[in-house]
Amino acid sequence: MSMPFYVSPEQMMEDRADYARKGIARGRALIATCYKKGVLIVAENPSNTLHKVSEIYDRIAFAGVGKYNEFDQLRIAGVRHADLKGYSFSRDDVDARSLANQYAQMLGQIFTHEMKPMEVEILVAEVDHEDEIPRNQMFHILYDGTVKDESSYAVLGGESDAILERFEISYKHNMTLKKSLTSCIDALTGGERQISPNDLEVAELSIQNGRRAFRRITGTELEELIN
Amino acid sequence: MLPRFQIESDPGPDFVSLIKNYGMEPLALTNPIQNLPHGTTCVAIKFTDGVVLAGDRRATSGHHISHKTLDKVFQSDAYSGVAISGAAGPAIEMVKLFQLQLEHYEKVEGKSLSLEGKANQLGTMIRQNLPAAMQGMVVIPLFAGFDTREKEGRIFQYDVTGGRYEEKGFATTGSGSLHATTVIKLGYKSDLTSTQATELAANAIFEASEEDSATGGPDLIRDVFPTISLITESGYASLPHGDVSSIFNEIIEARISRNETHQ
Repeated sequence: MSMPFYVSPEQMMEDRADYARKGIARGRALIATCYKKGVLIVAENPSNTLHKVSEIYDRIAFAGVGKYNEFDQLRIAGVRHADLKGYSFSRDDVDARSLANQYAQMLGQIFTHEMKPMEVEILVAEVDHEDEIPRNQMFHILYDGTVKDESSYAVLGGESDAILERFEISYKHNMTLKKSLTSCIDALTGGERQISPNDLEVAELSIQNGRRAFRRITGTELEELIN
Repeated sequence: MLPRFQIESDPGPDFVSLIKNYGMEPLALTNPIQNLPHGTTCVAIKFTDGVVLAGDRRATSGHHISHKTLDKVFQSDAYSGVAISGAAGPAIEMVKLFQLQLEHYEKVEGKSLSLEGKANQLGTMIRQNLPAAMQGMVVIPLFAGFDTREKEGRIFQYDVTGGRYEEKGFATTGSGSLHATTVIKLGYKSDLTSTQATELAANAIFEASEEDSATGGPDLIRDVFPTISLITESGYASLPHGDVSSIFNEIIEARISRNETHQ
């Protein structure tokens, strides 16, 4: 009788984590940060159609890095979850915390039970306001289901440590959209290379946009903000 | 748990199939219910850069006026709106589902449906309501929107079976539609400005309310006026209360002075 090779659980988890991390590190990074009027998400993305940043619900945005088909699957599941919840209860009952927990459960489940972990890192951001003061929430969720609650900014994807270090220096509370965008781009490039607006995907979540807070910043508006 | 599907059973961007997957059957009412509130007259008129949608605010249950402030004109997405007549409960539910469907599609697919696609979608929903319609719960919406590809306003009318008819200039629905149509016919031309179209729509609703007991006119006691919305290239916008109020006050003034000269 043949015996399967024994692999210790520690080793198995470590291998899976390494595999997922490698996949994520191959992709380009994105930064999500609070600014004066809400949350700004800036991603390096040469494609204009395969988005990394998207709308989930009225005040909730989604951002993902890593394998496109995997985080896109998560995005669609999130939209479905949110729309179903809003339909069965009320639009106000849809919140980022509950969605982030669902994502964490799903990623954790896949990480431990399935052959291959998801090679993704995702972010769920929410804007809300109390007496005109924005109250933002960001949940950074890793490939194994670890949830990190970020209060002011988060960096996802390849070289995230180096980018985070750079961004920490330039980040200030209550920055304008233009300043915030500039420091995101500087942190992504390290000031060493130029990114054309075509290779950037920028979106904001702001209460000022009405019920659906999500808005993409593209075209001439983006060019003007960068220059 | 987050909704996950096998590839074969994935509902795609279709919100209605998604909720069916969850055992929720939308718009399925099979028992006849008498005397439900019914909504009445709505009109849609095209003008040079878009389309105007207007509706009265009354709902009736038989001879009883059940609501005086019911809104029958809804924004369905950034560039379109629906006006409903018929059984108010199912109609409002249908609009809610339609709004969600358009938003759901837009979010899942990353872009909006074409105006044509939205019109067909609403037709499907009306068809799904057919069993309920046979029991008297008829829902007949008007759909109007700005077609961002063709750069013009478009109007769609429906029948109970979900049959979809595109109208060239204007459309009306509800119990007062006969009177509203006559008014619009007399004042309609193909190059109306937005102001002219708005006034024409207001006049049509006003006349319908005079002739049809199930259609409500301007309610000066409660300061409630019919709803008027405009859809143009810049999107859907409801006319502010002050503007609607002044349009109807002008109509009323004109009628009063006309009657005085008769005496």
